[in-house]
Amino acid sequence: MIRMSEKSTIPFGPQHPVLPEPIHLKLIIEDEKVVEAYPAFGFVHRGLEMLVKKKDFNQMVYVVDHICGICSAMHGQAYCQAVEELIGIDVPERAKYLRVIWAELHRIHSHLLWFGLLADAFGFENLFMLSWRIREKIMDILEATAGNRVIISVNVVGGVRRDIDSEQARWLLDELKEVEKSIKELDKIMRNNYTIKQRTVGIGVLTKEEAYMLGTVGPVLRGSGVPIDMRTTGYAAYKDLDFEPIVEKDGDTYARTIVRVREMFQSIDLVRQAISKIPEGELNVKIKPNLPAGEAISRVEQPRGEVFYYIKSNGGKYLDRLRIRTPTFANLASLLHMLPGSTLADVPVLVLTIDPCISCTER
Amino acid sequence: MGLKEFIEKSFKKSPWVLHYNCSSCNGCDIEILACMTPLYDMERFGMVNVGNPKHADILVVTGTVNTKNKEVLKNIYDQMPDPKVVVAVGVCAATGGVFREAYNVLGGIDKVIPVDVYVPGCPAKPEAIIDGLYKAAEILKEKYEKMGKAEEVLK
Repeated sequence: MIRMSEKSTIPFGPQHPVLPEPIHLKLIIEDEKVVEAYPAFGFVHRGLEMLVKKKDFNQMVYVVDHICGICSAMHGQAYCQAVEELIGIDVPERAKYLRVIWAELHRIHSHLLWFGLLADAFGFENLFMLSWRIREKIMDILEATAGNRVIISVNVVGGVRRDIDSEQARWLLDELKEVEKSIKELDKIMRNNYTIKQRTVGIGVLTKEEAYMLGTVGPVLRGSGVPIDMRTTGYAAYKDLDFEPIVEKDGDTYARTIVRVREMFQSIDLVRQAISKIPEGELNVKIKPNLPAGEAISRVEQPRGEVFYYIKSNGGKYLDRLRIRTPTFANLASLLHMLPGSTLADVPVLVLTIDPCISCTER
Repeated sequence: MGLKEFIEKSFKKSPWVLHYNCSSCNGCDIEILACMTPLYDMERFGMVNVGNPKHADILVVTGTVNTKNKEVLKNIYDQMPDPKVVVAVGVCAATGGVFREAYNVLGGIDKVIPVDVYVPGCPAKPEAIIDGLYKAAEILKEKYEKMGKAEEVLK
């Protein structure tokens, strides 16, 4: 007979149905409670930062786009901004606005994707299907404006590769109107549904101090009541657009869900503002084939939080060093803080509450 | 319909799919998930995404193989019952793609397990993935019939 309250070890992953990515957690369980959790990494490590030695700085844009397929446009944007700062060139205004439009479209599709996965994690499959159906509209917009559904790779050093003309912009706004209507329905479901509240309210609570001390970023931090959003630093065209960081006080999974749903509305609003204010002009500027020596950083708000790029060059075509600090890396400490004390059934919800992107983290 | 015919029919008509992300960039993975959702609806071919290798007939792999996850991939492949079909989705799974020159990347997944269908694209489009899975279902049927013949010979 098995004695109760004896510690046993349960492996979570690397191949697990709740997440398409290989995350591995070693969970030490006592009865149904998680006592300790140890993560294991390296299943997605490819060594992309070292590729700067083999690909020149223009080719690297395509490589950093492949760090993560979900927020690829923002990775390209962050890298290009860092290189542009190193060279010391100013990007045309139209390119800045186009970068904002594509980045915000990515934010909407990423949050819808996450919302579906969260619903799937607590067994609400209808909602998963519903939110992924809404997401397909955004994918259509991306395919029509940038030529590919997922990795659009529109950024180049010095600007963007493609343009959105006025006819396309009008169509885009029409599509967004429908997307907004659907997300409003999703919002209504989320605020009134008993199942969602049972599985998210009070799960994985992080107080304001804890969230700040653990160094969390993005919706996890804002869900705990800290108004930090990298877009307020005013990179690209955000300095000309009108928005406030979205903040909720409770700090549980439900609050984070609300933050993300409200951010979708904010992103729709930002796309509309950007399209109404976009100036005419060039798409990109010509750059010299060689880089000057020096170093530069860039910080961009991704759907999951702040991404930090550091580059160093000794002159020549190739960068000397590329260092990326991704949002999931910053948020993993909070996951390991939330797991002990939770029940085993809540582990998938807790893993998803930080919106993990393992291929970003391990590169 | 006897029990044997019933099992045969449901086996050919409804293969179950297991998805493993083998150091991919998520691009192909979210496209595979998109195949299951209402717009593309893979389930109309009887294909269901399952989480257990022991229930699966088709293994869908995305991304390249690296030194750590090659053991995991081999393990999952070995746990699947025969007959089984492997589909490599995306250029990374076929050759290594954009990551080929990275130090921790061994190349396509055919370095570790045998592959039956390659789906090109970076990332592969849902239409291409469904096409690949449909081909995989046909190969599965062939393999099943061959297996039946082998059993008869052994009798």
